[in-house]
Amino acid sequence: MAGPRRAPREGSVDGLLAAKEIVIACGPGGVGKTTTAAALAATAACHHGGKVLVLTIDPARRLADALGLAGQDGGGIGNTAAGGGIGNTERLIPADVFRDAGVTPRGELWAAMLDTKESWDALVRRHAPDPATRDQILANPLYRNIAGRFVQSHDYIAMERLYEIHAEGDYDLIVVDTPPTRNALDFLDAPSRMADFFSSRLLRWLIVPYRSRLVNMASKPFYQVADRILGTQFLADIAEFFILFQSMYDGFVERAESVSRLLSDRRTTFMVVSTLEATPVREAEFFANELVRRQLHLGAIVLNKVLPAYLRDPAAADVATTVHDRAAELAGALAGDPPVGDPLDPDQVRRVLEEVADSFANFRIVACREAEQQAELASTPEVLATVPFFDADIYDMAGLLRLGAKIWS
Amino acid sequence: MTPAVPDLLDLRLVFVTGKGGVGKTTVAAGLAQLAAQRGKRVLACEVDAKGDLSTLFEGPPTRFAEREVAPGVFAMSMDTEASLREYLKLNLKIPVVGRIGPLAKAFDFVATAAPGVREILTVGKLCYEVREGHYDLVVVDAPATGHIIGQLAAPQAINDLVKVGLIRTQTDWMLDILSDPSRTGLVAVATPEEMPVAETLELARRVADETTVRLSAVVVNRVLPELFGRHEEQVFEALSQPPFVEALSEQAGGSVQPLMDGARLAVTMRRARSAHLQRLREGLDPTVPVLYLPYLFSRLHGLRTTRQVAAALGEELGY
Repeated sequence: MAGPRRAPREGSVDGLLAAKEIVIACGPGGVGKTTTAAALAATAACHHGGKVLVLTIDPARRLADALGLAGQDGGGIGNTAAGGGIGNTERLIPADVFRDAGVTPRGELWAAMLDTKESWDALVRRHAPDPATRDQILANPLYRNIAGRFVQSHDYIAMERLYEIHAEGDYDLIVVDTPPTRNALDFLDAPSRMADFFSSRLLRWLIVPYRSRLVNMASKPFYQVADRILGTQFLADIAEFFILFQSMYDGFVERAESVSRLLSDRRTTFMVVSTLEATPVREAEFFANELVRRQLHLGAIVLNKVLPAYLRDPAAADVATTVHDRAAELAGALAGDPPVGDPLDPDQVRRVLEEVADSFANFRIVACREAEQQAELASTPEVLATVPFFDADIYDMAGLLRLGAKIWS
Repeated sequence: MTPAVPDLLDLRLVFVTGKGGVGKTTVAAGLAQLAAQRGKRVLACEVDAKGDLSTLFEGPPTRFAEREVAPGVFAMSMDTEASLREYLKLNLKIPVVGRIGPLAKAFDFVATAAPGVREILTVGKLCYEVREGHYDLVVVDAPATGHIIGQLAAPQAINDLVKVGLIRTQTDWMLDILSDPSRTGLVAVATPEEMPVAETLELARRVADETTVRLSAVVVNRVLPELFGRHEEQVFEALSQPPFVEALSEQAGGSVQPLMDGARLAVTMRRARSAHLQRLREGLDPTVPVLYLPYLFSRLHGLRTTRQVAAALGEELGY
């Protein structure tokens, strides 16, 4: 399917990041999105200089360690306060973290973790018309639940926070790691949903009986039903919540629209991160198509943990078949008359040869499947970067920079 | 603490969760398939409708109304509005058709705003199927680890928020089902990788702290085979030396270097993973069974995968 932004272009992640102010990493969960975002931010700080911020949603403890921000227990799932030392306010990554990795960055790397609750509270404080309303909202049980616990609210608040940070003008580049939800692109709609929500007639209808004591709730079948299902107190809580929130309506809507504009601004680009496994690929395709459909800038697709190309070599596959079929014979010849070292046990050599050949055939199937998936994905973005399997997990700045270097060009 | 963990297939309601991308849906499908093969009538419910469940049974897209996708396996996808409609019809005995429109829309609002409403409709429908005994087993392809807590804790959260009303009386029986470890269990799926293991351990802790549901098993998916035994590894090292590689290549009629590199990669990958596996085992309550599923060197996922996973699960469960 063709889109306006599909024209293939000679490009690199390096060039993309040099040209943009905001990079939003999205994609399925479990593909190394957070690490990729951090690696790119670190690499950009090294190569491009300036002030670079990585805004993560829920970093693992290991990432906080790698960034030199450890100190708290953390690495939680969901949006717990446990950020492993990264907080809602931006923090400068200490210079010695880079020094230990053997580099002197040209710029600065900063990190912040989204704390949903704190960000919502800040939003309420900003938009509340007066201190009394503010306190009432902050104390409303529904508000506390929404702000603290609920996933949908992450979508909006993540973008809101991005907007806020960008509007302060402190950073040359902001790399954002989006929530790992299946409907992760919902965050794109979140600002407009928020605006719709507060301007809805239905909402007003819902809260009428609580606004005006003249309307008798029991007279309306709708309220009778709602009351029977939810109970009066709960309905009252809901109504109070919305009445209070409506006082912030104008500020919210205006803000939501600004956030929307920022997302489609030419300084913003999106990057889809995935692996080549079946499910993530399908989701990555969905992300890519959605971004194109929404006319957002799909700058790059980054594929992690890609198997090496030699696994797909047809000549090697033939050799694997030969080795497997003639393992006993090959083992006999080698074990009895080894080119170096002591004689080996022919039985063991045979088993090893069989295993080696078998394993090759197995991984070849996976590698071929992945290559096909990659070919399909490659037609969409401006830049396609692949990252090989790393022997070890990334646990320090050197690891992040190694990963960044693979993605870079 | 209850001593013995009930057999997974003897439960009535099993939530399968895991970090995104670990094969949660595949395991849910495999579990449903295994139970059906063992003579049970199974409902498999996809909560986060992605359409994967239908692919895994080669069936048409799932809908709220269940349909049989394999002998004994019925599949459905959760739809909170349909669940609400069903609920109203069953509980309020009001003429729903005429009123569901605005009510559903209002509910949509309330659900967005009032946490737990969407979740309660999901969990409610599942508990309802259990209570009514339409199926021997309900397998839920539940939300990912980050969201499952909210879902499982919803009845309690609603109980706290809503003091009276029909919903309040509804949450009581749901909590009964959810809190009964002989009926309801949670299966956490992980892969032997850093983040999935970390999330699984965190999930185990939070399930215990924040919900009434019991962690019934941890399934470790995509466990790589061990290529070499101890002595064989030394032999492999010897064979990797250039003179051996040359001699072998000559006799095999082509370079064996890619084969040796591939085997080394496989060994390295497995080694990295076994460290994570160990961390998982050490971090879990020893009474929680850990089941291992082999890495499937397969083509794309479909019924074939489901059957392989069912077979592997059956083996792990001792059938």
